[in-house]
Amino acid sequence: MVDLNSYLIIGAVLFSLGLFGVITRRNGVAVLMGVELILNAANVNFVAFSRFGGMDLSGHVFSLFVIILAAAEAAVALAIILNIFNNMGTINIDEADQLRQ
Amino acid sequence: MVNYGIAILLLPLIAFVVQIFVGKRLPRNGDWVSVGAVALTLCMSLAMFGVMLVKYDPEFSVDGTWTWFDLGALEVQMGILIDNVTIVMLLVVSLVSTLVHVYSTTYMEGDVRYSRYFAFLSLFTFSMNGIVLANNLLGIYIFWELVGISSYLLIGHWFEKDSASDAAKKAFLVNRVGDIGMFIGIMLFFTATGSFLFRDVFAGVESGLLSTEILTVAGLCLFAGAIGKSAQFPLHVWLPDAMEGPTPVSALIHAATMVAAGVYLSFRLFPIFTPTALTIIAYIGGFTAIFAAIIAVTQNDIKKVLAYSTVSQLGYMILAVGVGAYTYGLFHLVTHAAFKAGLFLCSGSVIHAMHHAYHELHDHESDPQDMRNMGGMRDKMKTTYLTMLICTVALSGVPFTSGFLSKDAILAGTLSFTQHHPEHFLLVLFGFGAAFLTAFYMFRLIFMTFYGEPVRREVYDNIHESPSAMTAPLVALATLSFFLFFTLPYFNPFSDHGWFTVLIDSRDSVVPGHLNLTAHEIAEGMHHAHTPAMLLSILIAFSGIGLAVLMYLQKRISADDIAAKLALPYKLSLNKFFVDETYQRYLIDPSLALARMIAFFDWEIYDKYIVNGFGKVTEKFSRLVGIRWDYDILDQQIVDGVGRSTSFFGAGLRLIQTGKVQNYLVWVLTGVIMIYVFQAI
Repeated sequence: MVDLNSYLIIGAVLFSLGLFGVITRRNGVAVLMGVELILNAANVNFVAFSRFGGMDLSGHVFSLFVIILAAAEAAVALAIILNIFNNMGTINIDEADQLRQ
Repeated sequence: MVNYGIAILLLPLIAFVVQIFVGKRLPRNGDWVSVGAVALTLCMSLAMFGVMLVKYDPEFSVDGTWTWFDLGALEVQMGILIDNVTIVMLLVVSLVSTLVHVYSTTYMEGDVRYSRYFAFLSLFTFSMNGIVLANNLLGIYIFWELVGISSYLLIGHWFEKDSASDAAKKAFLVNRVGDIGMFIGIMLFFTATGSFLFRDVFAGVESGLLSTEILTVAGLCLFAGAIGKSAQFPLHVWLPDAMEGPTPVSALIHAATMVAAGVYLSFRLFPIFTPTALTIIAYIGGFTAIFAAIIAVTQNDIKKVLAYSTVSQLGYMILAVGVGAYTYGLFHLVTHAAFKAGLFLCSGSVIHAMHHAYHELHDHESDPQDMRNMGGMRDKMKTTYLTMLICTVALSGVPFTSGFLSKDAILAGTLSFTQHHPEHFLLVLFGFGAAFLTAFYMFRLIFMTFYGEPVRREVYDNIHESPSAMTAPLVALATLSFFLFFTLPYFNPFSDHGWFTVLIDSRDSVVPGHLNLTAHEIAEGMHHAHTPAMLLSILIAFSGIGLAVLMYLQKRISADDIAAKLALPYKLSLNKFFVDETYQRYLIDPSLALARMIAFFDWEIYDKYIVNGFGKVTEKFSRLVGIRWDYDILDQQIVDGVGRSTSFFGAGLRLIQTGKVQNYLVWVLTGVIMIYVFQAI
């Protein structure tokens, strides 16, 4: 029998990997992929709580919303990355630091 | 009745407002508005007079009182009182006013400020009606000042002339002196009785709210207003100067109505005067009567003679109040209003004619008012001559005239008063002396103006009778100088018994302690004194006329000889007893000197050293504070310091901001971890 903790551990590992990617990757697309990992970690948790924690179908519905939101977010974020490339000729996040000063 | 009173009051006011705002744009400069309004008030006054005669009730009185404003502790009431006195006064005012309005349409023709003149004439009529109608001291005071201001405006009608504007200012200022006293008196009564209404004040006095001493002082303070307005000595100086105004104005304001307001006030307030106050009033009146008569004897300006004659006659009325024959003071006021207004309008007619004659001859130097330039005008101006003669006879107190009745009654009152108080024998001398002089100077005026040879033939040839708009009022006023109008329904020319004496009832004094004679005692005394006073006054009037005939008609006695023999009295009289000069020297000049001294102190010492010194010190101080402390220390160090330190810290903290998103995210992560760590601890 697989219990709640196993799911939560998988969710935590996924979240940590996602966060690591977001913080350390220089490539904008890779950062985006990290964000997807974080979102999916949350999805795993939702579904797990839905199954074991008495959230019933709400957890499923929430994770469906998150997936849709992730798709929209990916569209917007990719557009932003494209624009960064158009303006600066690179998709390296650490070079986009005009906000400084 | 009260509504009638309000209508009478307001009609001339409406005319005033119309005239002052749109008068110039109306046809004929809008004189018909004023004349119409005043004529309407005359009709209404006549109607009220008719009602009074039909009722024939001495006790008749209607009172309309309402609250003007209410301040909780203080409630001030205004109102209208209509009794027989009011009705008679309203008739006098509106009658003379109407005649003067009609007369003015011709006299003032072509004047530059024609509509303004009529506006002020209407304003005056409104204010005078207000005095007569008011049932309280405050109302009287308000309208009292309003007649003052309209008098000021009308005396100064030709303000291009310095003498006219000076005379207007003088009239206003001299009246102010009396009015201050009057205001103090009103306030004394108000403080003691808590009301301005006559009936409350009288009731308060009767119940002894004021001690006899305070009552004397308060009464005399009120009387000070009458001294100013009725030109009694020592405040008589403004009235002769007021003759600078147009002659119809002199007739209406400075002979018939406004100057009589003081007498009216004394009449209304008679019941609250103490014996001491009345004695002082009697002396002021008596002295003014003889004093002004002496001055009138030597004046050469036709209007000045009439002006001093007015002062003298007002003195008579005040004397009548003082000796307790105060209903006869009012009686003399009414009769005098008719014939003195008549005399002034006649003199206006003469001046008008002289002015035109000089104008024809292009003579702008000669004085058209100087009687020495006149003479023999009776053939040329028949109506003016006859009406003026009738009015003069009335003023001199010859039997069969109204003046005889009223003056005789006053003299009888004085005689009876002196019989009760022999120590005041001077009053009788004043009264009869003034009667003699009145007859003398009035016939001197007539003889100098209308008799003898004309001084300049060419002037005489250019004299014409005035138009009928001017002579008609003369005829009306001269007609009213006959005894019949005042003695009806009786026909005895030697007794004042008639509607007036029946309807105008004397009231007993309300002064506590029975200090005054009752009205009945006064009437009794006058009844006994009537015959000797009458005989004496007839004798005296005729001797005065006789002397004038000898001196100025037949010239058997040379006036110059007498003047030379009585050099000192002559000089005193000609120079009006140097009253103006005395005031100038002992009041006005010292005041001016004091003012100059204070001005010097103010400018040279106070302003220069103290005010400017303060300024300098302030300037020094503010330089110190402003530049040393405020700018150098506060602004530079503290205010700018805050700014500088902000930018200093900003420069340091700016280094943290890398602009790298991932960097910030690390900080966020660190923060979250820290929160968990601290929570766990």
